[in-house]
Amino acid sequence: MADITYLEAGRLALAEEMDRDPLVWALGEDLGRGGVFKQYDGLQARFGANRIVDTPISEATIMGAAVGAAMSGTRPVVEMRFSDFALCAVDELVNQAAKARYMFGGQTRVPLVVREPIGMWRSSAAQHSQSLEAWYAHIPGLVVTVPATPADNYALLKAAIRSDDPVVHMEHKNLWALKGPAAETDAPAEFGRGVVRRKGSAITIVTWSAAVWTALDAAAAMGVEGIDIEVIDLRTLWPWDRELVLESVSRTRRALVMHEAVQAGGFGAEIAATIAEELHHRLDGPVRRLGAPRAPVPYAPPMEEQLKITAGDVCRAVKVALGAA
Amino acid sequence: MTDGQDGAVTAAASNRDIARLTALHGLMARIRAFERAAETGQTRGSVLGAVHLSIGQEAVAAGVCAQLRRDDLLLSTHRGHGHTLAKGADARAMMLELLGKAGGTSNGRGGSMHIADFSVGMLGANGVVSANIPIAVGAAQAIRLKGGDQVVVCLFGDGAINRGPFMEGLNWAKVFNLPVLFVCEDNGWSATTRTSELTAGDGAAARARSMDVTAIEIDGNDLALVDETAREVVARLRAGDGPILIHARTYRLLGHTASDTAGYRPAGEAEGRWEGDPMRRNRAVLEAAGVGAHEIDALEQAATDEMTRALDDAEAAPFAPAALAFDDVQDAGAPTRFWTREG
Repeated sequence: MADITYLEAGRLALAEEMDRDPLVWALGEDLGRGGVFKQYDGLQARFGANRIVDTPISEATIMGAAVGAAMSGTRPVVEMRFSDFALCAVDELVNQAAKARYMFGGQTRVPLVVREPIGMWRSSAAQHSQSLEAWYAHIPGLVVTVPATPADNYALLKAAIRSDDPVVHMEHKNLWALKGPAAETDAPAEFGRGVVRRKGSAITIVTWSAAVWTALDAAAAMGVEGIDIEVIDLRTLWPWDRELVLESVSRTRRALVMHEAVQAGGFGAEIAATIAEELHHRLDGPVRRLGAPRAPVPYAPPMEEQLKITAGDVCRAVKVALGAA
Repeated sequence: MTDGQDGAVTAAASNRDIARLTALHGLMARIRAFERAAETGQTRGSVLGAVHLSIGQEAVAAGVCAQLRRDDLLLSTHRGHGHTLAKGADARAMMLELLGKAGGTSNGRGGSMHIADFSVGMLGANGVVSANIPIAVGAAQAIRLKGGDQVVVCLFGDGAINRGPFMEGLNWAKVFNLPVLFVCEDNGWSATTRTSELTAGDGAAARARSMDVTAIEIDGNDLALVDETAREVVARLRAGDGPILIHARTYRLLGHTASDTAGYRPAGEAEGRWEGDPMRRNRAVLEAAGVGAHEIDALEQAATDEMTRALDDAEAAPFAPAALAFDDVQDAGAPTRFWTREG
């Protein structure tokens, strides 16, 4: 298979699902002109303005309308531009989409996907850089997907569109241009299946989204020093692949959970706590976490750099975990 | 009838379909009786949670919903029993829901504030003020995508017009020309505060007109007028001439919830408003047209009997199984019971 970018993979997944099912449609601001990152380029010309819908700048109604349309038999794909803007539509996602099936006693489903680009990217500062995946993983009713590769973006977006659950699909802005092998088949991914990106025996790093690449860089650097790191890419945070993580850590006996999001209250805390609860007596050291300091994301590059988890940070954390620092 | 652009109007005394108004009186009586039964249930402790009664507002529910087909869609509010009954939901299943019992419309998972019956196109009451407005426009968008002539009715209170989704939703419905009937059921009160004290300008209709949405202001306690207005408006929506807003002025005769005695209202205010109770007014219309008081009494008694039985039967029914607490959360990553309670 030829290589494809992360951005093209998302566009291809949406186009294929729209071809497959006439009730799949997308709505959001500027979609007719391709969307803010051009993820929708050419789709309105191909599918028409009734299925690639340009909306007013009305996030609450973009999300709320998707809830109503999903409960009425269609499969809307919501574009929020930046996960930060989706905060204008949290009631619609958390109180409505996530709850409707349950509180109406199973009378309805809300098969919507909301695409919420996350992460630091080109000095976007405090309101265009956040990684808020932990918020949604906390909410019963929601599925949260955090692809790190083009093939996963393709397969997870397809799975999200076909899912009868509301799905928060979080693409990382810094990965749009990432090129990688296209998916081998056109099958949707399975939620809750992580993948071992690198086999190792000294410690397991559990991570997701763009941080996977940081972890792999660190693992390569440590490999030179003879420290053999296993890297798990969770791919989805709810459900998350508990079995894969516990199996890996029970072999390596050490774990570092790392992510770009703020460490305090991050989803890494859930994973770290689970490892500690399940494997306490089999660990050779405490579970470690590595996430951003609890500060808003600043604008100027030297300050922004302070908030980023780098491969060097990961290497230092690994050394601490191994007791070699 | 008028398009209402000139302000409030009242129904012409002539040309009334008395048989229809009699039937609608029966519907209002059923709503009133359901609310009274819910109030009784709350007093007895069998109806749980917050219960928002629509006593005094029945003409809006009956007049609007009676103009809808079963496949038309309806979105309601936390004060939604009347709308749901009027859309055709089964009163016994609704009462079971209010008590959290097996066989309730949502099998006891929603209760009063989330009453819903998708089988009759009632897509849910909503515990968040004005949150149903975007959902309604989305339901209309789905109708358009699938091809159909159904209309969507979205009822909300006067307090809802001060939330952003009201503006967003009306703008959206207008720019996409969607078949949505917005009904501002104006009972004068935002929970325990008088809405007029907190609302700038001339209210729902003025705000709608500023977005070129047709707005009609009516006396929402005049059943015949609500019925006539809804008939005309629903026909226009079905013909593709949407959206439209009806601002129906009514009055909440009781407190915000069944446990609220409304002591914040000036003495005598509510008592005076019972004169304008839509049940009394419509009874006067019917009697003036020659309908016997005994016939109206019989309608009202039948409603009371039906809802008293519904409450008694619901009280005797078992709760829905506790294990249902873990059903219908989601397909992927569904919850399991608390591990501490297992084995």
